[in-house]
Amino acid sequence: MTAFDLSSDTVRALNQHLHQTPSGELSVTNPGGRHCIACGIDSPVDVSIDGHVGYYCAGMNKDAQVTIRGNAGPGVAENIMSGTVRVQGNASQYAGASGQGGTLIIDGDASARCGISMKGVDIVVAGSVGHMSAFLAQKGRLVVCGDAGDFLGDSIYEACIYVRGKVGELGADCIEKEMTTEHVKSLRQLLAATGIDASADEFRRYGSARKLYNFNIDHADAY
Amino acid sequence: MCGIVGIYLKNQDLNPELGGLLAAMLVEMSDRGPDSAGIALYRDPVPDTSCKLTLYANGSYDWSALQREMAAELAAEVKLEIHASHAVVVSSVPVATVQHWLRTERPELRIMSAGSAIEIYKEKGQPREFVRQFKLHDLNGSHALGHTRMATESAVTTEHSHPFSTGMDLCLVHNGSLSNHNRLRQKLRDEGVDIQTDNDSEVAAGYLMWRLREGDSLEEALENSLKDLDGFYTFAIGTRDGFAVLRDPIACKPAVMAETDDWVAMSSEFRAIAQLPGVSNASIWEPSPATVYTWGQ
Repeated sequence: MTAFDLSSDTVRALNQHLHQTPSGELSVTNPGGRHCIACGIDSPVDVSIDGHVGYYCAGMNKDAQVTIRGNAGPGVAENIMSGTVRVQGNASQYAGASGQGGTLIIDGDASARCGISMKGVDIVVAGSVGHMSAFLAQKGRLVVCGDAGDFLGDSIYEACIYVRGKVGELGADCIEKEMTTEHVKSLRQLLAATGIDASADEFRRYGSARKLYNFNIDHADAY
Repeated sequence: MCGIVGIYLKNQDLNPELGGLLAAMLVEMSDRGPDSAGIALYRDPVPDTSCKLTLYANGSYDWSALQREMAAELAAEVKLEIHASHAVVVSSVPVATVQHWLRTERPELRIMSAGSAIEIYKEKGQPREFVRQFKLHDLNGSHALGHTRMATESAVTTEHSHPFSTGMDLCLVHNGSLSNHNRLRQKLRDEGVDIQTDNDSEVAAGYLMWRLREGDSLEEALENSLKDLDGFYTFAIGTRDGFAVLRDPIACKPAVMAETDDWVAMSSEFRAIAQLPGVSNASIWEPSPATVYTWGQ
């Protein structure tokens, strides 16, 4: 296994190595809250980070499996494309922001703006999320096993939000929707895939009321 | 952007190391604030009958002449210790007497802090240079706050640097920007609060000073600031016995807190806290928005 110790190796050396399409396993020790660790990976490598990371860890991830054995600072897995990023502790604000694909799993809590502007990523949070989560969410699924803070799903487009616990005030144009058998089935599969122990039957579903849409295909000529 | 650090020592055996611990945290926050650095340090409290002030002189200054004249004119013992561009004065007369004398006889000096335990040092330039100039590693204490500034809305000078004094043994450091500071500054000046620069954070400090003067407890003053201050902020407030933390309701500006058996720490980022001993066993959490956190004896 390749190993990087960030008390002596630089983040740049680590990331340059990760950009040279490695495979197999790679371990990172002593992250010390540094920024941009394991960003921009574009290959099926398995990265394990032993400790707490700072801003933008595993940003733009593609194909890789990144596990953070600690807490993550703001913007973990920002713009994730594919692969899996797992935070075994808590994540700070805007986790999974604008993620386009793949899966972000947070075993603890996520703070404000989790999944802001998500565009296809699946985010599963075993704990709770802070205010304005899934703000402007466009596509993908945000699953919250605990509670969700105020203004959940504000100005949401077509993403799907599942919450097991309490939800604060809903954001503009976000409403509770029927949990059909199809939704339960799809959620059950996602929970099983992420290894999070929660019963899909206990969740409620939230999504867009589609009242904020300004674009109307019948008026396309007018725009 | 700016960087904030704070540390409160639960284990007093660590008091001699406070300056060194603070220095490590401060330097780690250099990327967030390369323009200036400052600290508020709480140590060696003087008896109730005495007072301690930190003074700042812009340029070289004859501190020993000040000490002599002050002692003669106030007919009191005056101890003075120089720290780079600052000096700490301890005198056995009421603080108001010293403040009045300084303002009338030495208007060129700026009073950075007043109280019984607080000392404030701040200077423009890189945090690493600040640590060297002020010999932070030699400073003991029970708790301290620090700030690294990236100026966004007013000039880079020592006067515009943080921490700002907010009253006896109180100070404020700020990461963020306030949007209603011009109107609030005018209101505070009308209330008789002395605000010396066009800096937004000084307005927040002046606001707390005013609320405390009006009879608010520190918690009440901070709760009121949630109503009256518009903008983005993470505040850390130093008190004689500890410190407090407050984030605005939107909470864009980062903050992380950590605690072990030996210390409680806060910072803009975990990497500053990662410098502290025993951090691998610390409990770590992010302070919630619009919630007042306090630590102290």
